[in-house]
Parts: sequence; C-alpha cells; structure tokens
Amino acid sequence: MSRYSAFSLIKNALSGHENWQRTWRAPEPKPHYDVIIVGGGGHGLATAYYLAKEHGIRNVAVLEKGGLGSGNIGRNTTIIRSNYMLPANTRFYEHSMKLWEGLSNDLNYNMMFSQRGVVNLAHTPGQMDAFARRGNAMLLEGVDAELLDVEEISRRIPGLYTGQNTRFPIVGGLCQPRGGTARHDAVAWGYARGADKYGVDIIEHCEVTGFIKAGDRVTGVKTTRGDISAPKIGISVAGNTSTVMKRAGIDKLPIESHVLQAFVSEPLKPLINTVVTFGAGHLYISQSDKGGLVFGGDLDGYNSYAQRGNLPIFEHVAAAAVTMFPNLARLKLLRNWGGIMDMSMDGSPIICTGPLPGMYLNAGWCYGGFKATPAAGWCFAHTIAKDEPHALNADFTLERFYNGRQLDERGAGPYPAHQ
Amino acid sequence: MIIKCPHCGPREASEYTYIGDATTKRPDHNDTDMDKWNDYVFLRENPRGAHAEHWQHTSGCRSFVKVLRDTVTHEISGVSLEGPWQVEDKS
Ligand SMILES: Cc1cc2nc3c(=O)[nH]c(=O)nc-3n(C[C@H](O)[C@H](O)[C@H](O)COP(=O)(O)OP(=O)(O)OC[C@H]3O[C@@H](n4cnc5c(N)ncnc54)[C@H](O)[C@@H]3O)c2cc1C
Ligand SMILES: [Zn+2]
Repeated sequence: MSRYSAFSLIKNALSGHENWQRTWRAPEPKPHYDVIIVGGGGHGLATAYYLAKEHGIRNVAVLEKGGLGSGNIGRNTTIIRSNYMLPANTRFYEHSMKLWEGLSNDLNYNMMFSQRGVVNLAHTPGQMDAFARRGNAMLLEGVDAELLDVEEISRRIPGLYTGQNTRFPIVGGLCQPRGGTARHDAVAWGYARGADKYGVDIIEHCEVTGFIKAGDRVTGVKTTRGDISAPKIGISVAGNTSTVMKRAGIDKLPIESHVLQAFVSEPLKPLINTVVTFGAGHLYISQSDKGGLVFGGDLDGYNSYAQRGNLPIFEHVAAAAVTMFPNLARLKLLRNWGGIMDMSMDGSPIICTGPLPGMYLNAGWCYGGFKATPAAGWCFAHTIAKDEPHALNADFTLERFYNGRQLDERGAGPYPAHQ
Repeated sequence: MIIKCPHCGPREASEYTYIGDATTKRPDHNDTDMDKWNDYVFLRENPRGAHAEHWQHTSGCRSFVKVLRDTVTHEISGVSLEGPWQVEDKS
C-alpha cells in the first residue's frame, strides 16, 4: 500500500492519474475469521482498524450489505463536538475529539478536519444560565468552552441577525472552539484503507440475513455471499439495529428507528466560518469547503425506515435558517436526503458485550454518531478484544435502563423522538 | 402524510402529535414486576414494516387515534379512536 504524500501526488499527476492503487481490496469472504463486524459504516470500519492496530487482531471481516459509505456515515452533517454535561458522555466524546485531532496523520488520509468552532445560541437568560453551567462542567473535565455575549457573537458571525426585531432575539451563546466539521466520506474511506492495510477483509454487497447459533451462543452469520463463522461477532448497523438483532432472536431493544434529514444549498462565497445552532428551535448550519450551506434540524418524529423525509420538517428547518440568517431567504436548495437513526431511549449510546454469548453490540447513536466514530471504534474494538468494556464505555450498557442508570443528557425521558 | 381522523376527516400529519408504539401495555400500578415495567417503558419491537402507533390530533379534535402505518412506505392502512370513546367498527 503506497503512502499518500505531496510526492505521490506529483508522481501520479505526471502519469495522468492512471496508476493510483485501489484504496482497499475487494476480497472474497473466507469461511472463518477471528472477528466479524456486521456493518461497514464509520463505526464498523473504525472498529476493524483499531482491532488490528491496537489489539493485533487482523483476521477480521467487515460485512457491508450495500456499498461502503451508503449508510449514515455518508449522510450526516459532519458536526464534531464534545460539549456534553454528564461525565460519562463528556469523557467519551472528548476522547473522540482527541482521536480526531490526530486522525489525518494516523490514517495518512486527509479527513479535512476543521476545528472552526461550534456556537450554540441562547435566546433567554435561563438558557444562558444553563449554558454557563454546561460550560463549567466541560471546563472541569478539561474540555474547552467559552461563554459569548451577543456583541461577541455578532462580531464573529457577521451574517447572523442579532437584533431585537424577531420572536427569539439572541442573548448570547456557548462556543466550543475545538469543535468543527470533517469530510464524512473521507472518514469511511480512510478507516477502510487503514484496516485493509492491516489485512482486514472489507466485504461489500454482503448482507447478514441470519445468525448461526449453538444454543444461545452466536457462532457465525448467514449472508448473501454464504455462511461465515467467527467466535466473536460485533454488530454495528446503526438504524438497522432492531432488524438485524431480530435475526439473532432478540425481539425488543431500547431503540426506535427514526429518519433525520439533511439539506445542502447552492454554493456561496464564504459566509459562515463556524458551526451555528439555533437555540429556540432546532437547526444547525455550517458551510462546506465547496461553498454549500449544510444544515439540518429535528427528526421527522415518527418511527421510520424510509431514507427520505417529509415536508413539514423541511419547512421548519428552512424557516429557522432564514430567521437566523435573513440573507438566505432567496437561496436555492440543491438537494436533501434522509438517514435512519438508531434512537435510544435516553439519547445515549450502547457499546457492550452481548446480549448473546459471542456477540457484541454498538448501537443507539441517535444523531450524534459521526463525531463519535473514532472513539466508538476504539472502545468497541477494546470491548471485543478484551471481552469487557473500557472505562470510557463502561456506562454505555444495555442494562442501564433496567437498572435505572440511564444517561439522559437532555432530561427528555424515555421518548426517543425527543432525544 | 395524511391521517384520516375519525372525527375530522383527512388531515395533514403536522396537525397531529406523535405519541409512539401502540402495542405497549402499561402494567397495573400495584404490579412491582421490574421486567414488565422495563418492557413497557424502555423496550420496543421497532418493526420495519407494519407498525401500530398512537397519534393525538392536537390541532384538531384532540382525540387519541391508533394508526396502522408502514414504517418503510408510510402507507396508512387504518385509523381508529382510542380511549373510552373507542367505538366498535360498525362496518
Ligand atoms: C441527516 C443526518 C445528519 C447527521 N448529522 C450528524 C452530525 O452532524 N454529527 C454527528 O456526530 N452525527 C450525525 N449524524 C449521525 C451519524 O451519521 C450516525 O450516528 C453514524 O454515522 C452511525 O454510525 P455508522 O457510521 O457506523 O452508521 P452507518 O454508516 O449507517 O453504518 C451502518 C452500516 O450497516 C449496514 N448494514 C445494515 N444492515 C446490515 C446487514 N444486515 N448486513 C450487513 N450490513 C448491514 C448499512 O448498510 C450501513 O452501511 C447524522 C445522521 C444523519 C442521517
Ligand atoms: Zn380530529
């Protein structure tokens, strides 16, 4: 596998870009592996990479039912932050942030990780108090946070309407300067290339249709490309978790599948140089390097496996965008799409051993799983390799609901559509 | 998406508030079996396909209705009233 560098770019330019190597192989599935990862999204690929790199487990297959990157890893709005309040979440997401900071070098693949800051707007004094509390909680955990007044916000984000002539005037905000965005496709491709380099087989167009069991123990998978066995099988299928787990005989989980939409506008000259979120409704917006504004908001709000959304959210999101940035009123949208979220009952993830022997589960990412990709892969690899969670994911259990130890970051109660 | 309210007729889904899975059954208040409560509060079948769910017609007659909807196609195959007002289907 050749390294990417300025030199390789020049060399390949001189030969008309005809001689670039495949980024990862396309192997036939073998009958047996040490570990099978079901789901070739960001999390599955990162898990395989860290299994090989950190734990020396290289006889690994990642089985992906479609093409690589066709799931949520290629559908998200790429926001990365670690501005949580519950210690278990803060520590986990901060670990992820630190991995992001070294990821392009680690993978020798440009993630276009851009720490342009994430600014959450506040519209009431009560919200400002809550932000001050959150910021302090972050600082106590060693995470960066800045409380901004409205003058500072208006200085930093010139297009934002900060006047009083609106229903929810902005009174301030909370900024995490190290937050930002990354190129989502590069994350999938970079981890795939990194895992492949260690000998991991990435097998696309291979759907897991059932599980092979010996008693309760899961010993292999049935796929559209034949049966494959392994003593350890990790499930990392995001919005399809319930469907796949049903095939293993697990009929109920603390998860509902919901659709989240994303929107991209026609390209503009540089307008927004940070990530901004509206605090009186739900909208997050940033500008891609190609100039398009990338934004999204709430879930459509009802169980869905359709990778497309409906118009009411479209209208809501567009209204919030124009409220914040009135100069967008005549902007045209280029495209929109939806992705299926594995919404957990408390809004926090699950990375654990089980629920069956031989099985490991990574799920419940809601709409925050992109920023988690490095740490989720890192922790899931540890959990699979050591048969026990790392301290960073020890609280992300399936049993926490039963035990009354939910991580209800938003305080929304057991309503997945409201997380 | 259009949901046909038994009182008000066909109305845009945005007039309704989604409540959730209609197959969960609240245990009796004196029941202290943790499994039953865990099941009711946290566990869901989350089917891909036919789903029975509650919606409330909040911007209309405020009735709770049970909707049978496909979670892949969003096709609605039935709407009935829920609660003490539930009526036997006369057809
Ligand atoms: C519109 C939208 C916006 C978002 N915005 C953000 C954001 O700004 N910040 C953030 O942090 N997160 C965001 N997210 C969430 C984030 O994208 C997800 O939480 C994360 O990508 C999920 O992990 P993944 O990458 O492994 O999922 P996926 O890429 O969905 O991977 C799961 C894979 O499993 C495969 N699979 C399913 N069933 C089977 C089977 N039976 N056999 C084999 N393979 C199977 C699927 O094909 C899929 O490729 C957003 C999501 C969406 C949809
Ligand atoms: Zn009605």
